[in-house]
Amino acid sequence: MTRIATAPNDRGTTAGNAVEVRGIVKHYGSTKALDGVDLTVREGTVLGVLGPNGAGKTTLVRVLSTLIKPDAGTAFVGGYDVLRQPKQLRRTIGLTGQYASVDELLSGYENLYLIGRLLDLSSRDAKARAAELLERFSLTEAAKRPAKTYSGGMRRRLDLAASMIGRPRVLYLDEPTTGLDPRTRNEVWDEVQRMVAEGSTVLLTTQYMEEAEQLADELTVIDRGRVIANGGVAELKAKVGGQTLQVRAAHPAELPEMARCLHDRGITSATVSTDTGLLAVPITDDEQLTTVIGVLGNRGFAIVGIDTKVPSLDEVFLAITGKPADTADAAPSLAKEPVA
Amino acid sequence: MTTATIAPARVEDTRIGLAGTFRHVGALTRRNLMRIKADPESMFDAVLMPIIFTVLFVYVFGGAVSGNQDAYKQYMIPGLLGQTGLTLAMAVGTGLNSDFQTGVMDRFRTLPIGRASVLLSKMAAETCRALLSFVILIGFALCIGFEVKTGPLEVVAAVGLSLVFGMSVVWVSMLLGMALRSAQAVQGVAMLVLMPLQFGSSIFAPTNTMPGWLQTFTKVNPLSALADASRSLLNGEGPLAHPVMVVLVWSAACTAIFAPLAVARFRKRT
Repeated sequence: MTRIATAPNDRGTTAGNAVEVRGIVKHYGSTKALDGVDLTVREGTVLGVLGPNGAGKTTLVRVLSTLIKPDAGTAFVGGYDVLRQPKQLRRTIGLTGQYASVDELLSGYENLYLIGRLLDLSSRDAKARAAELLERFSLTEAAKRPAKTYSGGMRRRLDLAASMIGRPRVLYLDEPTTGLDPRTRNEVWDEVQRMVAEGSTVLLTTQYMEEAEQLADELTVIDRGRVIANGGVAELKAKVGGQTLQVRAAHPAELPEMARCLHDRGITSATVSTDTGLLAVPITDDEQLTTVIGVLGNRGFAIVGIDTKVPSLDEVFLAITGKPADTADAAPSLAKEPVA
Repeated sequence: MTTATIAPARVEDTRIGLAGTFRHVGALTRRNLMRIKADPESMFDAVLMPIIFTVLFVYVFGGAVSGNQDAYKQYMIPGLLGQTGLTLAMAVGTGLNSDFQTGVMDRFRTLPIGRASVLLSKMAAETCRALLSFVILIGFALCIGFEVKTGPLEVVAAVGLSLVFGMSVVWVSMLLGMALRSAQAVQGVAMLVLMPLQFGSSIFAPTNTMPGWLQTFTKVNPLSALADASRSLLNGEGPLAHPVMVVLVWSAACTAIFAPLAVARFRKRT
């Protein structure tokens, strides 16, 4: 099958950047949805755009998909200018929106066939491509059913399949798992990881640090239309702190003893909260996790629950903007110094 | 700033061309028709409305208006063609509005297709819907004793004239569909437009008993001209050339004004 998108000649000369955004501004009245955003997505990588509701993530995706025009700034996707070359740009991209944009009345197959035809595939190629993608996204059995009978996860998968019909060089995933239950979310993550493994360049927007960590190579954190941080995921994680292991003890009285045992084995960062019955250990690598579990298990402590916690978006923001964390960092058991 | 280092992409021919447009309109029309197949209830208005109107008016008002029901059938049924075409045309905007609401339109607009294709395909699907209801209307009318006093050619001409008028109104409906926020609002405004037009015309009753101001309205109402033209075509009596002209001029004017507005509005939402 031939590639539908015609790649521009200068693929190499964009220094391997699939998406380049410089100083994009979009105002709605007095609301600055985007207030001078710069970002770059390197060819074949996943950029996570992390930000809370209303940060401007969706506006950004809409600008980059030619759905709205920016008030200022430049944006190139696959070497094409969003303002001056919208038609070529549209052949380069695939979009999966926050709200699955498939036709609910049509079957999964018909949805994909329609898009194939609109992308100028021949009838035969459109049929073959639809069947291929249904198979790949495990929708073959449901192919003939109207999309409105699909579960939330199936619908997202169909939406992903729809955005891939034209073998786009750049995929936009706008909050692909918002509103999904954890199991379905994992299904979508698996699919995205597969696409990336096959070489797609992805711009992913999300509200969840966990999702960004799972899928993205690099992160751009935006807030109120501005970029407040960017860099590699590991880099940002180092700044923000990684996972925390939380161990719930059967007997809270044993908690100090547990912490002391860990301390003896070189794990000094454990904190104890007798109120909640939790032992919290910041984890920097998998080995540490094994050590902690091993030590506690060997010593015969009664444990009723183990959980790992990824920093929330709030915590990420606090770490980046440098505002002091109000409660999380305060050690509750220590006596506060009197205010002079 | 690395933007300056980006060499401009090779300039390609981005015109879609006639063949491409046909393919896109074809694919989208197929989609619109499949939606009807998937949701047959959406055809209730197209299928049942002509039958209900025929039954209600012929048997409830027929005797009172024309003295006997047979005479009223010959009078009212040709006019119903135009009324049906207009009602269906006004429903197009509702469908367009809901496409915008559901995000399907966003998907279409990120595809490399001509902007007019989406609107033209709505038009094409609407023509199919209207043709079906015309067939049902005429078929049912014949069953209850309506007589075509002329020939099949005149029937085709009457249907064609109603279609042409309906198509010109579709642009108004699309514009409403894009200008108003919700599908319900579109439906509400469509009703407001439809009611005075259909009843303030010569479709259901001769206009000579109406007060002067209303007669003035019925005279400029294109539905009156459409009803008179269909009547003349199917019954073989009464003036023909003048009402046909009036309908064609109205349709041309309506299209000339509202088609560019609708397309511009559609582009602007990009």
